[in-house]
Amino acid sequence: MIAARIKQILGQPNDSTEKTLAVTVILCLACSIIVSAAAVLLRPIQAVNAELDRKRNIVTVAGLLDEGVDVEAAFANIERRMVDLETGEFTDEFMDTGYDQYVAARDPELSMAIPGDQDIAGIGRRARYAEVYLVGGADDFEQIILPIHGLGLWSTLYGFVSLENDLMTIAGLKFYDHAETPGLGGEVDNPAWQAKWPGKLAYNESGEVAIEVVKGVVDNNAANAEYAVDGLAGATLTSRGVSQLLRYWLDEQGFGAFLNKLRQQET
Amino acid sequence: MDADTKKVVFDPLVDNNPITLQILGICSALAVTTTLAASLLMCVALTTVVAFSNASISMIRNHVPSSIRIIVQMTIIASLVIVVDQLLKAFAYDIAKTLSVFVGLIITNCIVLGRAEAFAMKNPPGISFLDGLGNGLGYSIVLIIVGAIRELFGSGSLLGYTILPSVNDGGWYYTNGMMLLPPSAFFIIGLMIWGIRSWKPAQVEKPDYQINSAHNTESV
Repeated sequence: MIAARIKQILGQPNDSTEKTLAVTVILCLACSIIVSAAAVLLRPIQAVNAELDRKRNIVTVAGLLDEGVDVEAAFANIERRMVDLETGEFTDEFMDTGYDQYVAARDPELSMAIPGDQDIAGIGRRARYAEVYLVGGADDFEQIILPIHGLGLWSTLYGFVSLENDLMTIAGLKFYDHAETPGLGGEVDNPAWQAKWPGKLAYNESGEVAIEVVKGVVDNNAANAEYAVDGLAGATLTSRGVSQLLRYWLDEQGFGAFLNKLRQQET
Repeated sequence: MDADTKKVVFDPLVDNNPITLQILGICSALAVTTTLAASLLMCVALTTVVAFSNASISMIRNHVPSSIRIIVQMTIIASLVIVVDQLLKAFAYDIAKTLSVFVGLIITNCIVLGRAEAFAMKNPPGISFLDGLGNGLGYSIVLIIVGAIRELFGSGSLLGYTILPSVNDGGWYYTNGMMLLPPSAFFIIGLMIWGIRSWKPAQVEKPDYQINSAHNTESV
C-alpha cells in the first residue's frame, strides 16, 4: 500500500508540493544511509591507521624506528603513563581510557585557561592530565617522551619531544601535525633538521629552559651552542613558534614540575 | 565508442577544459598543487566525485522538482564527498591527513555543480558519467602539470624523489620558494591559458565591447 502511495506521489507533476516533500525525504534518507554506512564500515580501518600513526610518531621520536623494524614491535618496549601537571606526579586517572589531551583541553573540568602573559605557546587552554611515554619501562627508563604543541605561523604544531634519562638532554623532536607553508615552515618535517636536535641540552646549569631555535646557523664555538638549534631558512615565525612552545612545555607551566620531581627521586 | 561519446570524454581535456577555458575550480588548483602526490590524490577524488554525482543526478533527473534542484544536487555531491573522504582516511591515511580539508571543499567546487546543472540534468546516466569522467580528467591534466612544475622547482623533487638536489640537503639547486606559495599556481595556469589560446585561437573570447575610433571632426 505504501509502495502504491509512493508511486502515486512520484507520478505527480515535479513541482507539486507533495512531490517536492517526498523527493526531499527520500533523497535525505538514501544519502544518510550511504554516508553512515561508509562511516561505520570504515571506522575500524581508520582507527587502526590513526593508532599506528600515533605509535609510529612516538617510536620515531625515540629514534627506535630503523629500517625494517616493525612499529608494533618497537612500541612494545614503550610504556604509557598519565601525569597530573598540577601536582607534577604520575596518576592513575584515565589510564585505560582513550584519553585525548587535546580534546580534554577544551573541557572546562579537565583543563585550565592559561593567563595571557604566560601563554607563550599560544594555545589558550591546557589539559590537567597529559600522557607521557617511557622507553624501557617505568622504573629504569632510557628516554621519556612528552607531547608538545603550540602555535607556529599559520597553524598549531603538534609533536613529541624526547629527553634522555638525565632529563636534560634532548633525544629527539618530531612534529606529526601542522599546516605550515610547505618548503618553508613545513621543513620542520625534514629529517635533516630533526637530526640536529639529539644531544642538545634543554636546560642550563641553573635548571632554566635554555633550548632555542636561533636565526641562521649555530656557531659551534659560541657559548650557547649546546642550547641552540639552526633556524629554518625563510621560516622565522615557525622557528620562533618551536622555541616558544618548547619553552612553555618544558617550564613550570608544562612538564617542569613533573620533571623536577623525577630528578629529585633519582638523586 | 561513437563520435558523440568520444567528444563528451575528450573535449574537456583541451578544447573545453574546465580550468583553462571555463576558468572553474581555480581555488583548489592553487591550494593542493604544492606537491605532485597531493595533486594526484585530489585528481582521483574529484574525478570520482564528479563522475558519480553526474551519474546519480542524471538517474533521478526526471523526478527533481526544479524549485529545489540545486539543493538536491548539493546533497548528492556532499554525500559522495564524505564517502570519498572516509575511503581516503581508511586506505591512504598519510595523504588524507594533509588533504582532508581540501577534499571537503570539493563540495563547493564549481566544476561538480556546473556539470550536474549543465549536463546531468539533461542527459541519461551513462553519458553523464562519461561527461563527469572527461571533465575530471581535464581538471586532472592541469593539476598534474601545475603540481609537477611546482614540486620540481619548489622542492627539487617529484613525488618525493629528489630530481634536483637542493642546497638544504647538500646539493646545488637553490629551491624557488615562490613556487611553494599559491600565487605561483596563478602564474602557471595563466601561462598555460596563454599557450593554449595561442595554439587554438578559437578559445579566445570576444571582447565585451568595442572601443569606437575617435571621430575625425573632434578637435585636434
